[in-house]
Amino acid sequence: MNPEALLLLALFIPLLSALFIAANDAHPNRRELATLLASLLLLGVVLSLLPVVASGARPTVDLFEFASGLPLRLSVEPLGMLFAAVAALLWPLNSLYSIGYMRGNQEQHQTRFYVCFAIAIASAIGIAFSGNLLTLFIFYETLTLSTYPLVTHKGNADAMRAGRLYLGILIGTSIGLLLLAIIWTGLIAGTLEFTPGGILAGKMEGPTVAILLALYMFGIGKAALMPFHRWLPAAMVAPTPVSALLHAVAVVKAGVFTVMKVVVYVFGIDFLAVTGASQWLIWVAALTLLLASIVALTKDNLKARLAYSTVSQLSYVVLGAALATSMGVIGGSMQIVMHAMGKITLFFCAGAIYTAAHKTEISQLDGLGRVMPFTFGAFLIGALSIIGLPPLGGSWSKWYLLMGAADTGQLVMIAVLIISSLLNVAYLLPIVGRGFFAPTPAHDPDTAHHPDPHPASTADNQHATAGSPPPDGNRIHEAPLACVVPLCLTAFGCVLLFFYADPLYELLATIVRTTP
Amino acid sequence: MTEHLPALQVVIPLMAAPLCALLRPGRIAWMLAMTACTLCLLIAALLLERVLAEGVISYAMGNWPAPWGIEYRIDTVNAYMLLLVTMIGAVVMAFARPTLEQRAHLSKRKQPWFYTTYLLCLTGLLGMIITGDAFNVFVFLEISSLSSYVLISIGRDRRALTAAYQYLIMGTIGATFILIGIGFLYVMTGTLNMLDLAARLPAVADTRTVRAAFAFLTIGISLKLALFPLHLWLPNAYAYAPSAVTAFLAATATKVAIYVMLRFFFTIFGAQFSFETMGLDAILLPLALAGIFSASVVAIFQTNVKRMLAYSSVAQIGYMILGISLVSVTGLTATISHLFNHALMKGTLFMALGCVSYQIGAVRLDRLAGIGRTMPWTMGAFVIGGLSLIGVPLTAGFVSKWLLILGALERGWWPVALLVLLTSLLAVIYIWRVVEVAYFRPAPEDRKIGEAPLVLLIPTWTLALANLYFGLDTSLNAGVARLAAQSLLGVTQ
Repeated sequence: MNPEALLLLALFIPLLSALFIAANDAHPNRRELATLLASLLLLGVVLSLLPVVASGARPTVDLFEFASGLPLRLSVEPLGMLFAAVAALLWPLNSLYSIGYMRGNQEQHQTRFYVCFAIAIASAIGIAFSGNLLTLFIFYETLTLSTYPLVTHKGNADAMRAGRLYLGILIGTSIGLLLLAIIWTGLIAGTLEFTPGGILAGKMEGPTVAILLALYMFGIGKAALMPFHRWLPAAMVAPTPVSALLHAVAVVKAGVFTVMKVVVYVFGIDFLAVTGASQWLIWVAALTLLLASIVALTKDNLKARLAYSTVSQLSYVVLGAALATSMGVIGGSMQIVMHAMGKITLFFCAGAIYTAAHKTEISQLDGLGRVMPFTFGAFLIGALSIIGLPPLGGSWSKWYLLMGAADTGQLVMIAVLIISSLLNVAYLLPIVGRGFFAPTPAHDPDTAHHPDPHPASTADNQHATAGSPPPDGNRIHEAPLACVVPLCLTAFGCVLLFFYADPLYELLATIVRTTP
Repeated sequence: MTEHLPALQVVIPLMAAPLCALLRPGRIAWMLAMTACTLCLLIAALLLERVLAEGVISYAMGNWPAPWGIEYRIDTVNAYMLLLVTMIGAVVMAFARPTLEQRAHLSKRKQPWFYTTYLLCLTGLLGMIITGDAFNVFVFLEISSLSSYVLISIGRDRRALTAAYQYLIMGTIGATFILIGIGFLYVMTGTLNMLDLAARLPAVADTRTVRAAFAFLTIGISLKLALFPLHLWLPNAYAYAPSAVTAFLAATATKVAIYVMLRFFFTIFGAQFSFETMGLDAILLPLALAGIFSASVVAIFQTNVKRMLAYSSVAQIGYMILGISLVSVTGLTATISHLFNHALMKGTLFMALGCVSYQIGAVRLDRLAGIGRTMPWTMGAFVIGGLSLIGVPLTAGFVSKWLLILGALERGWWPVALLVLLTSLLAVIYIWRVVEVAYFRPAPEDRKIGEAPLVLLIPTWTLALANLYFGLDTSLNAGVARLAAQSLLGVTQ
């Protein structure tokens, strides 16, 4: 099959599966089968595009002519290929996990959930393969809108408030700033095409470059650069599979991917390096990186802590882009992959803990590691990868970022990266420590006596009374298999990425090498 | 036959109108009206096709050659407008019948009269668009205005009567001003044909009479198109008129008034006189911005959803006027594109609200609680219309937003571009208020309502899907709009 057809398939498989899922509202098994099949099919299609791109081809398809000379264009290049591969690789795992989680927790409106999920994946693929800024913007907005029903899935007042924040910040920044930046770019450069080396060099100069960059960076709210990060912790009211795939992978990575794409293909790193327009961004990214880590330390709710950790880790990517060196870009892009694998593991674990033991707070996890050894073992691996220790994938991205910082002589940034790694240790490892080494609280006082303090309590209580007996002592009591298998796989993936980082490097090196 | 299409465009609804009044029962009258509307749509499509292929069509009414007789003159601009109005006219006509027959809204005996009035209104609007004669514009304006007063007062709510009365007063003042303006022009030039006027005006342009005519016309037309601060008649009229009438008028009447404005400013007076000599853009720009901003804010605080959308219309009219005040091809393209796009989105929104009021008999915000669950299709259409209003990509609204910002940036008007974006966020707020109530608030226990009937959903969704279609394929609402803008400004490609 020719690559152009594959490209279209990649976009339409999830869309068509959404239709099929919607049509099978009454048949949960058929519906779930559709999700799984579509995700595997998508994975196959995306992976078969990989060699094509690695060999240097850039398949391109035009869908519609939006205005004269401004088509909706799909096109594949290494960076987008990487993002699409991450999304496509994690969708099947996450689908399996979703089925375990949604059924295990007897969630409502499961059909709507899977439909929106498939549309969100299609949007993420669309973002990854967009050939110009307009196409990217269109899918960027579809992604926001299709994830809104997922964030507000519970349908209660909390969900509604979170949804407001989510939509308010994401739509506000994208329409208010990003759209303006895109139209301005089109006006100056005369094109919106992603071009190696950028399209703005020589067309503008002085402080306006920094202003345009600021419009982009704050306009891409999904990158969660402070002060526009609040939507991400708010989005944690969503069911955990949503937090896992969308708010650790698809949505936030769409944000930082867009940042990378804009820096590499619209501004061009040489242009940024020469004008120094991204200097301020280094500092904003560093600040976000540190502050978010510190906030994460103070959070007792597991998902909230992971959310702030995500905010902090996203800024690594922005930092890599802002350094405007080839090492920075490679390190930042690699961070997209490495963090995705690590963070989805952590979220899977958080969801597994919720499904099996109905615990949401870190302070409730004492001794739980001995009951759920697989889950906590995977959590440890994911955490170590995020911290950046070998032999786990995360170490590579941190390494290249450090090299990038060293290249530009930003000694302060080296210090920032090291301090941040220490902070990561401080907020991630105690969770595992509690699980494995803290004594089990006598007779599980949390669920037995107090009503659960967490808002999601009604479902819990019903389940706790109707479900399995409370785990006593060290008897192993894991979440359903459909939850545990994916998280073990992604943890294993973190290890694999350490040993197979080389092809990634090679692929990414081409995008900076083609820069004239 | 085909050479008489321009005449048929107006004659068909005009002839069908009295016939409807004679037919009983209402259903037969509706069938006739529906046929007339469909024929009109067909003719408009054929005319647009011919204009795009062969250029301007000039038709001498009764074979009296212009400038003595009345000339129907169809170029890209009004062919595009004809298509817009007939399309909305046909879709809303399909929507109207069930809403009238329900709960004896209009007694069986009176239903045919509704169709008569509706067709007369359509005749007036089409006539204003198609004619190449300035006085003829006034005549058709009066036909459409008088019938729209009647249409509004049919509303079940007694407040519709005062709303219609308010509109009658304001509308009459507007029409009178327009008549005075046309009269002055006639005095100075001795002609009423638009092209003839355009040719003769420059010689007498520097006179107080012409300038006064310009002022009278500006204010008169602004009243009809509800330019802030002359919009006060609009919110009540839209809020209390029957749903079908609101959908029809909101999507067409103000649009046609804006078309008339374009015709007078660009074709008759010429862009140079209007904007350089008279400095009209300096007046239009602040009014447009003030209207966009204030009406959007007011919309946020409405509890009647129909009224909320009416204020939103005032804001949207501001966007169109903003495009005019840019006096550039892109700006005008934005205006002309938004005429079309706004008709689609407001048509969808008002028809979706019509479905709601058909089922639950009210459009107060708190009564909408939980209808996202019970009326999923209706609210689905509402959400699509709302997204289009906000200007989300893949909807028609995005096209006009894109063009408008592009136009503002081309002129280097940064604050204007920012304000346009900011106010579209206000639209997010007022649309999302409705969405949240409909989807998150539980429906009252005692209420047992289901989805609206299919006869209402089909027209509603036709327009909703049109919003999506024209968000992707922009050859009509951006491509033809650009041609129209170029022809108005006299720019050749």
